[in-house]
Amino acid sequence: MIKLSNIQKSYKLGKNSLHVLKGINLEIKEGEMVAIMGSSGSGKSTLLNILGILDSQDSGTYFLDSQEIKNLDETKAANYRNKFLGFVFQSFNLISYKTAIQNVALPLQFQKINRKSRQKRAKEFLGMVGLAEWSTHHPNELSGGQKQRVAIARALVTQPRVLLADEPTGALDSKTSYELMELLQKINDSGETIIIVTHEEDIASMCKRIVNLKDGKIVEDKHIKQKLASEYV
Amino acid sequence: MLRNLLNIDTWQEAANSIGKNKFRTIITVTGVFWGILVYITLSGASKGLDNGFEQRFERVSPNSFFTWIQGTTIPYKGFKSGRNFSLKLEDVNFLKSRIKEIKYISPAINRGVFGNGTTIIKRGSESESYGVYGHFPAILNISDKEIYDGGRFFNQLDIDNKRKVCLIGERILNDFFEEWEEPIGNNITIDGEFFTVIGIMKFVAGGGIEKDSDIWIPFTTFQNLYNTGERIGWLSVSAHDEYDVKIVEEKVKSLIKYKYDVHPNDKSAVNGFNIGEIFDRIKKFAKGLTLLSIVVGIATVFGGVIGIGNILLISVRERTKEIGIRRALGAKPDEIRLQIIIESVTLTLLSGVSGIVVGSFVLYTIDFFTKNMSDFPYTNPTVPISNIIGVLIFMVVLGSLIGLIPAQRAVSIKPIDALRED
Ligand SMILES: Nc1ncnc2c1ncn2[C@@H]1O[C@H](COP(=O)(O)OP(=O)(O)O)[C@@H](O)[C@H]1O
Ligand SMILES: [Mg+2]
Repeated sequence: MIKLSNIQKSYKLGKNSLHVLKGINLEIKEGEMVAIMGSSGSGKSTLLNILGILDSQDSGTYFLDSQEIKNLDETKAANYRNKFLGFVFQSFNLISYKTAIQNVALPLQFQKINRKSRQKRAKEFLGMVGLAEWSTHHPNELSGGQKQRVAIARALVTQPRVLLADEPTGALDSKTSYELMELLQKINDSGETIIIVTHEEDIASMCKRIVNLKDGKIVEDKHIKQKLASEYV
Repeated sequence: MLRNLLNIDTWQEAANSIGKNKFRTIITVTGVFWGILVYITLSGASKGLDNGFEQRFERVSPNSFFTWIQGTTIPYKGFKSGRNFSLKLEDVNFLKSRIKEIKYISPAINRGVFGNGTTIIKRGSESESYGVYGHFPAILNISDKEIYDGGRFFNQLDIDNKRKVCLIGERILNDFFEEWEEPIGNNITIDGEFFTVIGIMKFVAGGGIEKDSDIWIPFTTFQNLYNTGERIGWLSVSAHDEYDVKIVEEKVKSLIKYKYDVHPNDKSAVNGFNIGEIFDRIKKFAKGLTLLSIVVGIATVFGGVIGIGNILLISVRERTKEIGIRRALGAKPDEIRLQIIIESVTLTLLSGVSGIVVGSFVLYTIDFFTKNMSDFPYTNPTVPISNIIGVLIFMVVLGSLIGLIPAQRAVSIKPIDALRED
């Protein structure tokens, strides 16, 4: 599903350059639920953004679904993001003047799917995250947990190959975090590949595999026995 | 791109983001609004003025002129300057036989207006001073005169027999006659002589210099009444259609100067009033006004459109994050660009159309309130529909062009950087 070989990434800061990713090799198979861990500044988000084609590596190769991702123009990149990838951000990133259902339907709009089908699909996915009743509410009328559920519905509505989540529980209290993890586990159980960036041990322990990042390198990569979030809730 | 242009969602998104900040939208559109308002109002007003003058003189043959004598201003052939003289009846044939461009020529004379003498008009106990004019029937060939039903104009017999018949303006009718009285066949006294009223002259704005309180009598009767001999006050002349009335006017004036020993360069001794020329002047003025409206309109619209571009730049900056989110979710740069351009065009059109609507309303209002003012030459102010369509196209083009700048700005930032924005 995903194959990274020797990914390097530096940021230019004036004259200096900050070497953030120093040769990342990583393979992720379909249906995995991977936590990318590491302390703040270790390069987790940078890695996830490259996986999400929001950013590009300086060198190294990236295969997504056996297609090499390189030299994409913005239109192609947008197309890949839309079709293959779903994003969940720490700060939800919902569009404030759109209702929950409109937010969820947005990626389908970019696929030029007609309004009726969009509405139907969006409703279905809102139902899946347990927010069917909230479809006409605006983000500011929702709790943090609800917002993140809307974001997850939005990320999944295009049925992407991979769901990428950057600190999805970072803005939530622990009870809400576990509820969210329960949802993500359920989604993963249905076959969806999920990659979660987090620096919280308990969140990571609810995944099936933990990749530890330190100073731009993978220092540990282990499969674990997944803890069920439902037991914590 | 075209597919996106026809996509309802693109328009919906543009409408949403315009509708989000209504106050700002209103501020944004005022610039272009004013420009279009100025253009519509000024150019409509100039058209109204144009129409107004046209209507005022529509009863006067456009290729006609009046000519009369004033004091000379240049000494010539032994005469001092300041000499006064009059045209004579014989001049009519003299001019007509020598200037083939003349179609009709009709002499006239008057009393009680233009500072020559006073008149006393009476009926019963009523007494007034009105202008009395001596005319020939030929005047009808040059400027139309409408007479109310039941009346008639004087004819050659009246001229030949110097009959004491008169036509009166409708205001005199109101001044001298009761509602129920039949004026035709009734008498009034003009400077002591009884005259039979044979017609009531309808007053229409369109007779040029005339008023609604004039009295017209046969020229020959006038001669008898006031003892004016062969003297005439002025000549009304119309030229055959194929000739330029200005040139004919010059010819007539030169010939008069020649006959009466007036210096050829004496500009004011033989005066004239040329409807065509007045028309030209009004037309030029109206044209100038139209041009001004276009220049001012375009300048203001330009300013306004640049304002829209600026506001959109700000709005795009504010929406950086949102645009980042959209792009992360798969919006293509072209779609983002198009949406901004549509916003720009929509704003431009919105302000333009409201300018057109308000401008039309202003024109209508002025027209409404001046409709019954006969002194105010202003009729039917309109802006041709083709100009309106032209204006709209102009705005769409300008709106799209200015929209390109914020549109490009919106996609120039990388999605990942846009997402980092707060
Ligand atoms: N756009 C950028 N420009 C410059 N430096 C950046 C940029 N993005 C991230 N960095 C730096 O790169 C390092 C890794 O950042 P990041 O991948 O966000 O780490 P993490 O998500 O693990 O906290 C940090 O030191 C951060 O300051
Ligand atoms: Mg991070």
